[in-house]
Amino acid sequence: MKNLLFEIKEGLLISLKAIRANKARSVLTTLGIIIGVASVVLMSTAIKGIDQSFQAGVASLGSDNLYIDKWAWFDNDIPWWEMRNRKDITMEDFRAYKDLAKLPISIAPSANSQRTIKYEERSVQFVFITGTDFNYINTTNLSFDEGRFFTELESNGGRSVVVLGSEISKKLFPQGGALNQLIKIGGNRFKVVGVLEEQGSWVMGGWNPDNQAYVPIQNIFKYFVSRHSNGITINIRAENSQMVESTKEEALGIMRRVRGLKYDEKNDFSINQQEGLLTNINETVGVIQIAGLLITGLALFVGAIGIMNIMFVSVKERTREIGIRKAIGATKRTILGQFISESAIICLIGGMIGLGVAIIGSMIIAQFDFPVTIDIDAVILAVTISLITGVISGFAPAYTAAKLDPVDALRYE
Amino acid sequence: MNIINIEHIAKIYQVGSEEVHALADVSLRINKNEYVAIMGPSGSGKSTLMNILGCLDTPTKGLYDFSGENVSQMNDNELASIRNRQIGFVFQTFNLLARSDALHNVELPLIYAGVSSHERRERAEAALENVGLKDRMTHKPNELSGGQRQRVAVARALVTNPSIILADEPTGNLDTKTGEDIMRLFHEIHEAGNTIILVTHEEYIAEHAARIIRLRDGLVERDEVVINRYIPV
Repeated sequence: MKNLLFEIKEGLLISLKAIRANKARSVLTTLGIIIGVASVVLMSTAIKGIDQSFQAGVASLGSDNLYIDKWAWFDNDIPWWEMRNRKDITMEDFRAYKDLAKLPISIAPSANSQRTIKYEERSVQFVFITGTDFNYINTTNLSFDEGRFFTELESNGGRSVVVLGSEISKKLFPQGGALNQLIKIGGNRFKVVGVLEEQGSWVMGGWNPDNQAYVPIQNIFKYFVSRHSNGITINIRAENSQMVESTKEEALGIMRRVRGLKYDEKNDFSINQQEGLLTNINETVGVIQIAGLLITGLALFVGAIGIMNIMFVSVKERTREIGIRKAIGATKRTILGQFISESAIICLIGGMIGLGVAIIGSMIIAQFDFPVTIDIDAVILAVTISLITGVISGFAPAYTAAKLDPVDALRYE
Repeated sequence: MNIINIEHIAKIYQVGSEEVHALADVSLRINKNEYVAIMGPSGSGKSTLMNILGCLDTPTKGLYDFSGENVSQMNDNELASIRNRQIGFVFQTFNLLARSDALHNVELPLIYAGVSSHERRERAEAALENVGLKDRMTHKPNELSGGQRQRVAVARALVTNPSIILADEPTGNLDTKTGEDIMRLFHEIHEAGNTIILVTHEEYIAEHAARIIRLRDGLVERDEVVINRYIPV
């Protein structure tokens, strides 16, 4: 054991000497690994960033929520035409459900429309307008930058008040001061009563609360929705995650009654759950992950081939050196170890530089509001990958070197 | 006492369909503290014999006994170990590691012998001092003259206290005067009790030895004691 440690230590020292002696070549060789490791680390942190962003988005919507809707959001088992033929869920359904439901801590209806919002000269197009009632805020985890959500009075009266997402507010009021201003949504005046705090979940797109505006639901029916589609979604918040299942059971029973379904009739509504969204997200992230790792893995593979190639050249060039070492007592194992550790060290150094590049790269990307964080996992990843690459790509050349006949090697010009 | 005992060894190479007998049938014994020169024209088999004596190669037939160990049956690792412990090589082209300084070159066999770095350094410094290169220890081979390089090689050969020094045309790449310096060094080493085997094709270099073995066509042509031995002063 002591002997082996000694051999490893001496082998590493010899390798370091050889690397230093061939500086230019070592640098060029390393380049491939630098690029490979940098791209793997960047890609994996980016994927992690995307994932975290998705999770944050889900969290901002509230993770103990249920949504009763005409459509099943994530379930592909029900044919779309069957769902299309379902009756819309109406405000009457909502009220009936609300009267009967005991378990939820908050229930609110919601209906959506896309409209342009204007304030003086500024405007934002295709804003997701969510119409709802005053209870909606309690079904979410949203918090306020300034102002408040609309009150029961404003809600019931269907007043022209609006709560803006942080992005919308920023675009309309770059200097701030949105509160109490009158803005126009699709030509109708609304008073800003609140601005939401930034949620920062860029991946959710239009669903991101940052890019939405909230108005009392009556406005949606009055101004923004054609009479053909006046369906709503019922937003339900369960008391906690343990209660989600029973709340769902209760909702199922109540809704069947409300909808007047007989025992042998299928549900003509769907109860959607965050879980479904999460599964969906995980699938998406999984695909991105596989694609990303394939591409970056390719970069690393090219780097590894570069190392192998250079190590082969190095072995050829140093045939005489190998002969000398063998003549004065180096065993096969020693030579094998020397060349493998040489390639491992080159890769490790490359990996470290690649990690540095990735860190700088992530800092640059972070300037564009893309969520990336390099943590200890990335460091471990970089070290492991570069070491493994080094050992694997160094093995064949090292084996060639170890197998050389000392007599031939010494005679090599 | 025999250090080397070779009995009827042969080395046969297969070149195409033809068998080449580099060594046909060679037997010889070399005692401790002998100074032997091996001579012969090219193609006589002296390089092959040297490779076998140096445990760089194994014979096709015959027995090679190196101070009680049967070398002809050894595997690569055992041969490497024998070379490391028992044999010090000095080559015509010096064969130093070009990018390492003199000290590291001399340390190298001790690294493979598993000697600790502290002891290694001490022994390598002593060996270099012994060949008169105390002030050149941190020089790389290309910063040294030919004679100095060969001295580094001699120091490297001596540093493990081997049973034999095997020198292959050690003066072949040196001018006459420098070559003479190296031969004086060999003389001193021999006087200090070492066994030296010198492979050369130059008569006057061979006459530094006490015994000359002449090879021809893979056979020992003559094995003689040098009468007018040349002793450098």
